[in-house]
Amino acid sequence: MSKLGDLGARLHRGEVGYDFIGNRKIWYGLSILITITAIVALAVRGLNMGIEFQGGAVFTTPKTDVTVSQATEYAEEASGHDAIVQQLGNGSLRIQVGGLDTEQSDQVRTELAKDLNLPEDKIAAELVGPSWGEQIANKAWTGLGVFMILVVIYLAIAFEWRMAVAALIALIHDLTITVGIYSLVGFEVTVGTVIGLLTILGYSLYDTVVVFDSLKEQTKDITKQTRFTYSDMANRSINGTLVRSINTTVVALLPVAGLLFIGGGVLGAGMLNDISLSLFVGLAAGAYSSIFIATPLVADLKEREPAMKALRKRVLAKRASAADRGEDGLDDGTDAGEAAVVGPRTAARRGRAEERRG
Amino acid sequence: MAAPKKGRRPAGGQSRPGRALALILIAMVALTGGMFWSGHTTPRLGIDLAGGTSITLKAKAEPGQESAVNETNMNTAVGIIERRVNGLGVSEAEVQTQGRENIIVNIPKGTNEKQAREQVGTTAQLYFRPVLAVAAATPEPAPTASGSTAPKPSSSASDKKSATPSATASTQGRALSEALKAPNATGTPTPTGSASGAPKASETPKASGTPQATPSADAATAALQEKFATLNCLDPKARAAVGQGVKPSESTVACGEDAPGVWSKYLLGPAEVEGRDVDDAKGVLDQQRGMWIVTMDFTEAGSKKFQSITGKLSQQADPQNRFAIVLDGNVVSAPSVRQTLSASAEISGNFNQQSAQDLGNILSYGALPLTFDTQSVDTVTAALGGEQLEAGLIAGAIGLALVVIYLVVYYRGLSFIAILSLGVSALLTYVIMALLGPAIGFALNLPAVCGAIVAIGITADSFIVYFERIRDEIREGRTLRPAVERAWPRARRTILVSDFVSFLAAAVLFIVTVGKVQGFAFTLGLTTLLDVVVVFLFTKPVMTLLARTKFFGDGHKLSGLDPKSLGAKPPLRRTRRTTAPVDPKEA
Repeated sequence: MSKLGDLGARLHRGEVGYDFIGNRKIWYGLSILITITAIVALAVRGLNMGIEFQGGAVFTTPKTDVTVSQATEYAEEASGHDAIVQQLGNGSLRIQVGGLDTEQSDQVRTELAKDLNLPEDKIAAELVGPSWGEQIANKAWTGLGVFMILVVIYLAIAFEWRMAVAALIALIHDLTITVGIYSLVGFEVTVGTVIGLLTILGYSLYDTVVVFDSLKEQTKDITKQTRFTYSDMANRSINGTLVRSINTTVVALLPVAGLLFIGGGVLGAGMLNDISLSLFVGLAAGAYSSIFIATPLVADLKEREPAMKALRKRVLAKRASAADRGEDGLDDGTDAGEAAVVGPRTAARRGRAEERRG
Repeated sequence: MAAPKKGRRPAGGQSRPGRALALILIAMVALTGGMFWSGHTTPRLGIDLAGGTSITLKAKAEPGQESAVNETNMNTAVGIIERRVNGLGVSEAEVQTQGRENIIVNIPKGTNEKQAREQVGTTAQLYFRPVLAVAAATPEPAPTASGSTAPKPSSSASDKKSATPSATASTQGRALSEALKAPNATGTPTPTGSASGAPKASETPKASGTPQATPSADAATAALQEKFATLNCLDPKARAAVGQGVKPSESTVACGEDAPGVWSKYLLGPAEVEGRDVDDAKGVLDQQRGMWIVTMDFTEAGSKKFQSITGKLSQQADPQNRFAIVLDGNVVSAPSVRQTLSASAEISGNFNQQSAQDLGNILSYGALPLTFDTQSVDTVTAALGGEQLEAGLIAGAIGLALVVIYLVVYYRGLSFIAILSLGVSALLTYVIMALLGPAIGFALNLPAVCGAIVAIGITADSFIVYFERIRDEIREGRTLRPAVERAWPRARRTILVSDFVSFLAAAVLFIVTVGKVQGFAFTLGLTTLLDVVVVFLFTKPVMTLLARTKFFGDGHKLSGLDPKSLGAKPPLRRTRRTTAPVDPKEA
């Protein structure tokens, strides 16, 4: 079997593992830094909203031999915005450019006329309203709101409120970062971008829930043992599902990376770029936040619970006495009920945990 | 599937993998067969990928109401047209204003263009008006019409078995001919069917408006009588002009088509119920009569009004016991009322499936605040150009190839199952999308293609979760067959819990939002459901079956399930350590 498989085995047994919870402050810090950058970028640079959201101008030319891609180029040059060019049935072109007012649209028309070698008065210019109007946007916001509330309720029932809160924070984290990147890169926000963001929303929660499911299972009988604190168990849980997380992320990211780097980069496709960038950033952020943000947050919240505090005290006392006696406290004398939690995979891990605690 | 089930089935719960596999195989063959049979072998593409038709509508300024063409009304109209052309939210049509008084509607290729034009252009001003008088189409005295209309006067009375409270008359029979034969058609009150109330005998039997043909001192009424007398409904120009500029609160005259080419004219009282009183409408097939009708549910206020008007009308003699359903100035049908009705009504006329469903759709979303003329209809090329789709497909294919390579390297023999599962999932997604094109107008745009690519990740995750569970079980020292069964309940729970979140997102967004977000939600919901179907009916059964083979069952080196390379505990150590806490199910 491959090295990775071996790593999987050792992760499973807890022989190796990264202390996600212990180092959480580093990752919190990193995330806060990125999030603040994103928010600042948003505040300073704003978003470059496409024609669907803010309307713009539409130019209709008479029948012409200029190709669609050439016209796109001219229009984008003349206006500095993304242009949508369509050929009409009678051979004329319809050129839509976002973010123009009457005055600008006149200028663009003049330039277009020059580029296309057509008399200016033959090109009809009209302002168009947003196809993604306020009504649609409002409904989309309502939908998001309803969904957030329902998902929090669902997670609070299926798991617990702490996990719901953590999942929500991770979700906001992912979306903020993705939107921030858009602002930084300056790509135009199209309907495609919005769809990309919604895809992220679904994926981010999905990924978090998979990790939480394992966490819930691992910690369900946690108070019946005294070997591990909640944070220890959370850490074990992340490490236990790490292989799955890596595999899933790789499998999800590969096709999107293909779209972004090959489709957008090499073949130079416009709207593909817009969508795949949001997907790529969002998927990566989603996978990252499930492990580095959401689970440590749950651990932080859980450790405030009296039962978990008591557990921590017991565990620490036990470790101290074990250290005094110079043995490793092999048998806690716990009953079989904890077995599902600790399982037979604890032996090797135990040593390391104590090493670390020093 | 809301919350994961606590009680697990005992290990080996699903012992009939053959059945599940047969099921999904049949589904695949049936769907694929259906796709080829229907002739739609590719999904319908959105306007961004395949182009389509662009309709330009111009708002008509009614004389005296020029200020009605303003931004607010235009935006309302855009919203309503958007709902009409995008009824189910998956057809990817675009609607926007252009200039001050134009609205552009872009619909993807393959949409029924004529239908779309009717949908966007119909104003859909709906009124229920009491009928004061009916006459044959032309100004000449009536009798000729009665012979020619092939009347079926009593058909509605005898067909009243339907459970829905209805106020219907067969169109064929509602012309003047029926009016003449009225007494025997309507004399018997129908005893059956009303959900809303018995005939109210005590109500004052006075219809609103002026009784038929009664000479009135009122000059306006006289003018109307005159207009009614001279109206020629066989003249299309007269038909178009007849309803112009009439206020709902005024009496009016109108034309209605009883059967193709056969018209009658109506003298109508003020509107009692309006389109905005309609809560929901849809075209349905009336099983009893074998004809397409449009049923309407009223809002609460609408119900009350409808109850009151039908209560009054039911006391009248024909034709004053009828109310006309007037759509954009034309009488669609004018059923007679035999009892007080509320809550819902139906329109029957010369409908086929298409026109009934279209009208239902139009009525559900309300009337346009303005009247529009179709200015131009143009075909347009794809907004993104073919190279975008091509680039996307090439990139997607490369990405998929990388996924396959990764899976093979990491999962060895197991990747066979993984790739097969992905293949099944891809096939089902493709076929269903292709079928949904003609079925509900589903169109695939570029964002949806990207969404489907992301769905690969979510689908793959389901069996990655399962595979990792199996490997964990093997590492605990189990042989493959029990490992496969024991890993399943846990993996199943994870898959259901996480897919439920995705599905929740899809369902909420689909219900609440409109337009492209709705289209996205549909794709997300579809791929999520397919994920569950594929894992349950394909991945798991195949895993069970393959666990019985020598190659996998004995943990061949290349199977991806070799206990040694997975680092399973040697059985010896395991026995010794049973003193330490061990999975209780094993003890």
